[in-house]
Amino acid sequence: MSKAAQSHDQGSSVGKVDGRFFTFAEPSDTMPLESGARLGPITLAYETYGELAANQDNAVLVLHALSGDAHAAGIHRSDDPKPGWWDTLIGPGKGIDTSRYFVICSNVLGGCMGSTGPSSINPATNRPYGLDFPMITIGDMVAAQKRLIDALGIPRLLAVIGGSMGGMQVLDWSVRYPEMVFAAIPLATTMRHSALAIAFNEVARQAIMADPHWQKGCYYDGKHPDLGLAVARMIGHITYLSDDALRNRFGRKLQDRNDFSCNFGADFQVESYLRHQGKKFVDRFDANSFLYLTRAADYFDLLLDESEEHVATVFAKALARFLVVSFTSDWLYPTYQSRAMVTAMKRAGRDVSFCEIEAPCGHDAFLLPIKRLATIIKGFLDRVHTEFRK
Amino acid sequence: MSTPNSVNNPLRYDLTVIASWIEPGSRVLDLGCGEGTLLSLLRDTKQVVGIGIEKNEAKAIACIEKGLTVLQGDISTEVKDYNDNAFDYIILSQTLQQVYEPAQLLHRLLRIGRRVIVSFPNFSHWRSRLHLLVKGRAPKTEQLPYEWHNTPNIRVITINDFRHFIKQEGCIIRREEAIDTHHHDTAGHRVRLFPNLLATYAIFLLEKKLQAESSRRKA
Repeated sequence: MSKAAQSHDQGSSVGKVDGRFFTFAEPSDTMPLESGARLGPITLAYETYGELAANQDNAVLVLHALSGDAHAAGIHRSDDPKPGWWDTLIGPGKGIDTSRYFVICSNVLGGCMGSTGPSSINPATNRPYGLDFPMITIGDMVAAQKRLIDALGIPRLLAVIGGSMGGMQVLDWSVRYPEMVFAAIPLATTMRHSALAIAFNEVARQAIMADPHWQKGCYYDGKHPDLGLAVARMIGHITYLSDDALRNRFGRKLQDRNDFSCNFGADFQVESYLRHQGKKFVDRFDANSFLYLTRAADYFDLLLDESEEHVATVFAKALARFLVVSFTSDWLYPTYQSRAMVTAMKRAGRDVSFCEIEAPCGHDAFLLPIKRLATIIKGFLDRVHTEFRK
Repeated sequence: MSTPNSVNNPLRYDLTVIASWIEPGSRVLDLGCGEGTLLSLLRDTKQVVGIGIEKNEAKAIACIEKGLTVLQGDISTEVKDYNDNAFDYIILSQTLQQVYEPAQLLHRLLRIGRRVIVSFPNFSHWRSRLHLLVKGRAPKTEQLPYEWHNTPNIRVITINDFRHFIKQEGCIIRREEAIDTHHHDTAGHRVRLFPNLLATYAIFLLEKKLQAESSRRKA
């Protein structure tokens, strides 16, 4: 058993897993996007864990956040230093128990972790799309995932679950394909970005576009806008943490020194941490994907209109039972945004459970091994699985 | 009268009485549902479609873990979001004495529910009266174990006061039961004589005036 598997207090690892690919929307049958453009062919990278039941009643679709990928659980090689991004929650005996459920996770459309995105080859030019890649939306990501679910032969998902931008996809799934979603678990997410969230994304995008190597997105033959992307990631990391989390973890502690350097090196631990996160990110992420995905998150707006009458219509079409979870120190998508979502679900007569989990670690809490989170997800899945089989 | 409790799942006596009043298959909203003991029982024995509201995170988590539909939040705020007559029964058990605006809450509940079941500790029980009379100090009993400065019970309710309140607010009492039991006890008995003096808790089933009249006509 891997080290990663042993580090969890309950459940074990799904073990070694393989990445898979699904290609559709060939040139004769390209996929229409919400912008009106068409795109094809489209490849989605995905992974699955567990076994699909003969009557297909146990499929759980996991949706990742901005910088996530299809590798949600297990390891790719026996010497993998790190398991998938939600390995704490997905595995035999864990919150999403792979001995009971068939779990699917795919990299989003527009991403850069194996799915078609701006860094993919444009069949029309045989060069990377760059900014010729059409603007995509959260709805387009969901529409692409639906093709994958269809291809896997799953008529109805037991549950869709995801945090942050993954949560937006959960919400979108529930109203776009209501008959395919029996239960939905949006975590640390929102029906629409606040001005604050858009503002952070804009600063991050500006950092990329101000990098001289960005070259209006045509950088694939030369140097990449690594500095800009690193700064964008640093900004992102601030929004994923919280005042409390930063104070507890770093305070004003200095990095490898006893006094100020009196220059602009990384004196403080928090600076060093952010620089490290930025550097690590450029090795695995594409700057153009970052632009497209943050734009999609900014444009996402399930609410459209805040009037009393309209609120009741947002989830009118949905058929899912919902479990909404927020975290006390999340300042990117604060609890009031989850409560607004819950209100809209209640007004539409939907079955909804809600919990605000006390967590000092900010927005990223949904990715951390919080026992209370695993507990309610497990309890909720148990319940909906029973109801689904009736 | 009461639903028998299983040994594994002992229910507080007042909740046993409340459970016995609920018709099978009803839609129920349990305000301050705690760890969902009553809701679980109603789901398992009466096929009730239940929703709970609970302020405490750990308790709300315990409910969701049991597969109950529960919202963590404040009663007064959460009840605003429901449509008229969304529930057959709304249960407000041992919470009214802690509500800041009881009249407003009562009317909100009677908007979203056909019937409201309210239970509260009776502040005019003889022990409380004796405590005040003899010791000259604010009553402190097993049901009301707090000091004046740390009690969460900001409303002092007696059975007579509650009846008067309901009449004044233009609502109808459809059913009532006075009981003698300790706070967390699973056993107790009905009080028929002098309930305002002898009962530790009271349970009322309330309706809107209009509806009470129309259901009487139907009967």
